[in-house]
Amino acid sequence: MPGLPVVFSAMAAVSPTLEARTVPRWVRSTLWFLLIVAVLVLVWEAYKFIWTQLEWTWPVRPINRSMPHTWDIVSAMFRPARRGGEDILLVILAEAALFTLREAVLGFVIGGVFGFLLAVVFVRSPLAERSLMPYVVASQTVPIIAVAPMVVLWAGRNDWPQWVAVAFIASYLTFFPVTINTLRGLQSPDPTATELMRSYAARPGQVLRKLQVPAALPYIFTALKISATASVIGSIIGELPAGFPDGLGRVLLNFASTFSTSPEKLFATVFMSAVAGIVFVAAVSLAERVVVRSRPEVFAGDMLTPDEGRAG
Amino acid sequence: MTSEPHDRDVLTAFEGDLPGTVTPSALRRRIKRYLPALVLAFLVLVAWEVLVRVFNVQEFILAKPSEIYATFLDEFDTVVEAGWTTLREAVLGLVLGTLFGVLAALATARWSGIREGVMPFAVAANSIPILALAPIANQWFGLTSLTAKAAVVAVIVFFPVMINTVRGLTEVDAGELELMRALAAPPRDVVTRVRLPNALPYFFSALKVAAALAVIGAIVAEYFGGRTASLGFYITQQAGAFKFAEAWSGIIVGSVLGIAIYAFVLGLERWAMPWHVSLRAADDR
Amino acid sequence: MSAVEIRGVGKTFGRGAGVVEALQNINLSIETGEFVSLIGPSGCGKSTLLRLVGDLLAPSTGTLTVGGKTPHAAREDRDYGMVFQKATLLDWRTVRRNVELPLEIMGIDGEERQSRAAEMLALVGLSEFAGHYPWQLSGGMQQRVAIARALSFEPSLLLMDEPFGALDEMTREAMQDELLRIWERTKRTVIFVTHSIPEAVFLSQRVAVMSRRPGRISRVVDVGLPYPRDEDTREDQGFYDKITEVREALREHE
Repeated sequence: MPGLPVVFSAMAAVSPTLEARTVPRWVRSTLWFLLIVAVLVLVWEAYKFIWTQLEWTWPVRPINRSMPHTWDIVSAMFRPARRGGEDILLVILAEAALFTLREAVLGFVIGGVFGFLLAVVFVRSPLAERSLMPYVVASQTVPIIAVAPMVVLWAGRNDWPQWVAVAFIASYLTFFPVTINTLRGLQSPDPTATELMRSYAARPGQVLRKLQVPAALPYIFTALKISATASVIGSIIGELPAGFPDGLGRVLLNFASTFSTSPEKLFATVFMSAVAGIVFVAAVSLAERVVVRSRPEVFAGDMLTPDEGRAG
Repeated sequence: MTSEPHDRDVLTAFEGDLPGTVTPSALRRRIKRYLPALVLAFLVLVAWEVLVRVFNVQEFILAKPSEIYATFLDEFDTVVEAGWTTLREAVLGLVLGTLFGVLAALATARWSGIREGVMPFAVAANSIPILALAPIANQWFGLTSLTAKAAVVAVIVFFPVMINTVRGLTEVDAGELELMRALAAPPRDVVTRVRLPNALPYFFSALKVAAALAVIGAIVAEYFGGRTASLGFYITQQAGAFKFAEAWSGIIVGSVLGIAIYAFVLGLERWAMPWHVSLRAADDR
Repeated sequence: MSAVEIRGVGKTFGRGAGVVEALQNINLSIETGEFVSLIGPSGCGKSTLLRLVGDLLAPSTGTLTVGGKTPHAAREDRDYGMVFQKATLLDWRTVRRNVELPLEIMGIDGEERQSRAAEMLALVGLSEFAGHYPWQLSGGMQQRVAIARALSFEPSLLLMDEPFGALDEMTREAMQDELLRIWERTKRTVIFVTHSIPEAVFLSQRVAVMSRRPGRISRVVDVGLPYPRDEDTREDQGFYDKITEVREALREHE
């Protein structure tokens, strides 16, 4: 996973302690990552061992049928997924992940563009903002899984491929962070900068292009990182009721039904979903580095910052 | 005070709605503020109803608002019972996830060495589609147990709460730390009087996001199997049978639950932080 | 006994090639009850010197005593109150509770805290704002709260780091008048860091003029104008003469 250190160093902006300058940050990040994974594996196996010895069953029974050994999960990935099948599980999962990522990327683009345009409309028209903003927020409390079958149905009637329908479902989750953060970003320039633009008699479009959008870029990328995850989640959710065999969502459902005989396949699928999510976010982080160079990094969780500048 | 209403964060758009001491003039302002939104809602509903009637759209494609309303009343007992299950799962998960998130944050913030490694990991883990854990949770805790869904919700809630609380505990104004040092304050005082209060707004920002996610998380987790009387099961059953008016009834209950939990968290925030910036905005306006 | 004794103090930051000598061979003796200003261009180390007195930084060379104790002991004993350029009020506390903060840390019980906070707020003229939050106050009022907080536990020494630096000129002069009034009533020793020449002259008995790279005290100007000082002082010829003297001392070492 070459992308991983990138996310890590991109996200490591959390603690700018640079006391250990001699070791490159990405090396340290990778080492930390491996260490934490090792600790998690150790905790998993230790739980199984101790709970088995003491015959504890709470909260989870330590039997292999509910908690397979980590090495069994890994080795299952390199065995054929079905008896007599040709492809090993890893290949099947990778194909499913790529399929899901394709939906996710399209949903990400649709949602991103729509979310951006909505923010531009909002910043230009306070009336539009006041009319629509409550619904933009409320939209995110609508359980989208419920909307999924309808969207798939509509798409089918219009002869669209189903995966495009799923992408639209994903875009429903994607646009929201982009709208909120773009709006914040467009409104972020200092009032004096806006006055400066006014003094040049700049047209609104020019103010937008030369001042507001550049100022908003760090905010937008913060949102895009959140949207990337949301897009993968939306795609998986969209696949559940869509009823076609490709994609991680359907694979999750299949292996959930065979959990009692081969639980490691479900775990492997979850692992692959995690990889898909992380890879997508890593790609967005990489794009951010190219686009917003030499800007202070807006931490990936920044959309969650408290609302205000401090008093005084 | 540079805080414009939009300068605030993601889900605070509803903040003005909270009940509180409302003077008549404030009430008038509030109505004026939300009038466009109300008018729009009315127009959309009317247009929806009229278009469906005029073009004679079949019910299984798009139900009429009037029909959804009628169905909602018919199905009221069923959807409320389903909502009660989902609500308990969401709240249990929210409470557990918040509790563990805060504990993990306290431990992480305490040791800066650990923080350097754990925080990027937590941020990366936050980009994992955690809903994929739902089938595993179902197997572990039982298909019909509330715990299975609550566990998924808890994991979803855990990461944003933890990440933001760590930031709140560590991103403290340097001047405030210097002040505490000048007062020869013991470390315990620095934590209780500066770091914890400083973390509160960060914590609540995360909790507001988590509140909106909790109900959706529970509903999606139910899709992987759950009690018959639960929103996820109900909605997908009805939608699968193309009974969309029924499905929409379930969706309405789900949205109402999501907004209710969110509003509760907002209220909690105001109670816990009487100095909060949203109250300033209300005063300044 | 002098309130603050600074002998041969130097301070360097960084290591190796990146080393910066912020202060070099500082000697200054401040009497009990005296009002002394430190003035100099930015980067001359005046704030650093103040932080050495307050044990917020440790000196690289030399010794400091505060009331005969080490700065560390003086800090532990809460012998000084500090006022920063930013008021540094805690957002989540009302004005009264901000003033009570040091008293809480010192473990003083509630009733005593309240009466002392009330007294201090009366002293700075903010009694009616006790229940307000910091954001509801203007910059000058916030700084008055910070002064009340610094005085609340009756320290013998007051360390002020450009406390009025962020205020407008009118507010600033009003605050200076008020500070002198408080000083004359409470008779604390004050070390006051500023980069305003009139401010230093108006307030102080002595002005220590500093130069930079490395930071040194190049001259100490005795102001010698009588107290109480007021609006008339600001228009006094002696006041202008002293301003000129300090200005020239600053120029000499540029």
